[in-house]
Amino acid sequence: MADTPVVQMLGISKIYPNGIPANQDVNFSVNKGEIHALVGENGAGKSTLMKILFGFEKPTSGIILMDGEEVTFASPMAAIAKGIGMVHQHFMLVPSLTVAENVVLGMAPKKSGMFIDFKEAVRLTEEYAERFHFDVEPNARVADISVGMKQKVEILKALVRGAKVLILDEPTAVLTTQETEELFRQLHELKNQGFTIIFISHKLNEIKELTDRVTIMRRGKAAGTYDTDSISEQEISRLMVGRDVVLELEKTPAEPGEVVLHVENLQFVNEWNKRMLNGISFDVRKGEIVGIAGVEGNGQRELVDILFGLISPEEGSVHVNGVNISDKSQRDLRNMGVSYVPEDRMTFGIAGTASINENIVSDRIASPAFNKGPLLNMKAIRETSQHLIEDYAVLCKSGRQHVNMLSGGNIQKVVVAREFSADPLLIIADQPTRGIDVGATELIRNKLVDLSREGAAVLLVSADLNEVMELSDSLIVLYGGNIVGYFDDGQWDDVMMGEYMLGLKKQSDEEVKRACHA
Amino acid sequence: MLKQLAEWVFQIDFLFVILRITAPILFAALAAVVAEKAAMTNIGLEGTMMLSALFGFLIAYWTQSWFLGVIGAVLVGTLLALMMGFFYLEFKTDIILTGIAVNMLGEGGAIFLLFMFTGLRGNTAILVTPNILIPTINIPLIKDIPFLGKILSGHCILTYVAFLLVWLIWLLLYRTPLGLNIRAVGETPQAASSVGVSVKRIKYIAIAMSGALAGLGGAFMSMYYSQGWNQGMVAGRGFIALAAQAMGRGEPVGAMLTSLLFGTAHGLSSKVAGLPNVSSFLVSMIPYAVTILGLFIYAWNRTRKLKKRGIRRLTGI
Repeated sequence: MADTPVVQMLGISKIYPNGIPANQDVNFSVNKGEIHALVGENGAGKSTLMKILFGFEKPTSGIILMDGEEVTFASPMAAIAKGIGMVHQHFMLVPSLTVAENVVLGMAPKKSGMFIDFKEAVRLTEEYAERFHFDVEPNARVADISVGMKQKVEILKALVRGAKVLILDEPTAVLTTQETEELFRQLHELKNQGFTIIFISHKLNEIKELTDRVTIMRRGKAAGTYDTDSISEQEISRLMVGRDVVLELEKTPAEPGEVVLHVENLQFVNEWNKRMLNGISFDVRKGEIVGIAGVEGNGQRELVDILFGLISPEEGSVHVNGVNISDKSQRDLRNMGVSYVPEDRMTFGIAGTASINENIVSDRIASPAFNKGPLLNMKAIRETSQHLIEDYAVLCKSGRQHVNMLSGGNIQKVVVAREFSADPLLIIADQPTRGIDVGATELIRNKLVDLSREGAAVLLVSADLNEVMELSDSLIVLYGGNIVGYFDDGQWDDVMMGEYMLGLKKQSDEEVKRACHA
Repeated sequence: MLKQLAEWVFQIDFLFVILRITAPILFAALAAVVAEKAAMTNIGLEGTMMLSALFGFLIAYWTQSWFLGVIGAVLVGTLLALMMGFFYLEFKTDIILTGIAVNMLGEGGAIFLLFMFTGLRGNTAILVTPNILIPTINIPLIKDIPFLGKILSGHCILTYVAFLLVWLIWLLLYRTPLGLNIRAVGETPQAASSVGVSVKRIKYIAIAMSGALAGLGGAFMSMYYSQGWNQGMVAGRGFIALAAQAMGRGEPVGAMLTSLLFGTAHGLSSKVAGLPNVSSFLVSMIPYAVTILGLFIYAWNRTRKLKKRGIRRLTGI
């Protein structure tokens, strides 16, 4: 049974109306009861391939076989009817509805002919949750549950609809370490019960840990399928980008100067009255990278929002170069030399339907260099933008292309090109490489190190533990809204970090106070 | 002055009047609630009411049956809404602009159509016969309750329908699969479509229901409230209803409470207008002023809550 292909995609090509080939003659075969990884850089074509399998897109050519029979999916409903389920990276859940209501949406059980049978909906949800050992609360509103539980609801939705083949699109991108472990246990459980799982991911360690086989995609083509055990992370990475990626970063020791960012006793209570920050104090000095590590949801989000003036703290203060920023606008902050790489690049980082040129100069458009009387100096804008596009290797047709036409990694390059070229005194980088390809990640990390060595103060917030450990000169660990650890000796490893991040260990107040240098 | 107002408000006949004045606002407010639940702002309620009021009246006149008139008004309201939906859903026009177009059509079209069909200008008062007017009913038992009986009994049939619909619409939205789909489509369309719910179909249904409800409001105006169709009859009720929807947090019961508030303001304005030395023009502003004041208080309260949560500057204003 192990070698029976359940899904075969043969000779799949997809050419978009604008002439861009997203898939070229891709062969992809998944066996029954296996966990099959699909990896590739952003824009390598794996999303397109899965959209075709799930009926979102029609292939230009090629056929799909399920259990050896040719099938065509005109819509996701047709794919669902044949037993394919997809868990999207962005959850397809209605926040104000309960878990059970979301599970039965579109197939709500009825009673007395017209009313929803809520009891039956809850029973159905519980039945499936029990069968697969999913811990969900059917009557909870989706808006109130954790990200990890939302994902379980998504998987349940697919299972209730009879899915036998589950496509998971970067499922761990939003999960905490514990939630990821739990997900992996559940995926193993599903596998043992005969389900087939296609696991799209960027994270090579997860692929090694979880999957049986791996198919690598590169520039719209399949670059091979391997038994996961027979291939190393370095080999996968090389096949993905077609060159060896330097995963170890070269970095000279930091020579910290005077304090640029001074954070004192920040406290914040969120709208659900949960205390998210509980008296945070630390400094970031010129020429150093301070990393903030921690499982997501331990105050990072609130800290960054306060630092860039998006929310106000209940208590405490933030000083940039000795100036209190409490009544400063984002414009003021930028004029003070603060650059910001937001976590949510699509909302806060770019204007999607504006061009690359326009996005790159959007923070400095008032400058005399880009104006000619009442009009914009298009030539100067174009030249500056072109220079940055080359410098940051943004893959695009021209600077006039709309930013939302680019892949995730290239969009992020546009964001950092703008933020890093503003001659920043302080860079707040929030998850700067989340969900982007290895090449773009490498470029952004190197630029961050270069800028800090040239004298910028860098605050790096990242859920990617390897990233913070590798880039940071000193490290702060947040847990439950407190700083539970401060490390400045470069002597850290993931086991030790894990213990602090999960709240198993905590430094004394004296040790934590070392994060303040003033 | 305040004492005088309080005395008016708590008079039996005034409370009776409030229910009557509230009914058409309530129909329109419920229409706004259903459309808004599916993420559509039906700003065309005003024009929809104008045209359905006219056709309801004309059909009742031609058939000499108020009942057929009401059915006609509902059909016309539904058709207008479906037309809005057609442009919005098929040609992706802006729903607000589409609604404004319907309002302009209602404003000018109704006068033109009235003249075309009857040769009358501006109103139909001379065509009114008792058969055309929606009858009032006394409710047995309830009418004998002291005080309350006189307030609650003896209303036009549609007044009862309006308040009954608050409950029916709630039932529809929160207890039926269609309502679940409407709420899902309005809140997270991609989630609904990912499980095979047709967003377009649900939006068509919601806007059609919205039009049908506005049609009932129109029928109420021309076949009962104003005793005949006239040009200035709807008088902004379609817009007040949108305010009632927003202040009522988009819920049927909330919309009913705010509709009652606006109904009371309307009732008071006609009371005050009866006083000597009061400008009737100034007084006729009262319901609209109350609407603006209400919206202001609602918006201010909401902004304050957001500020309390520490959210600022995100919108740049």
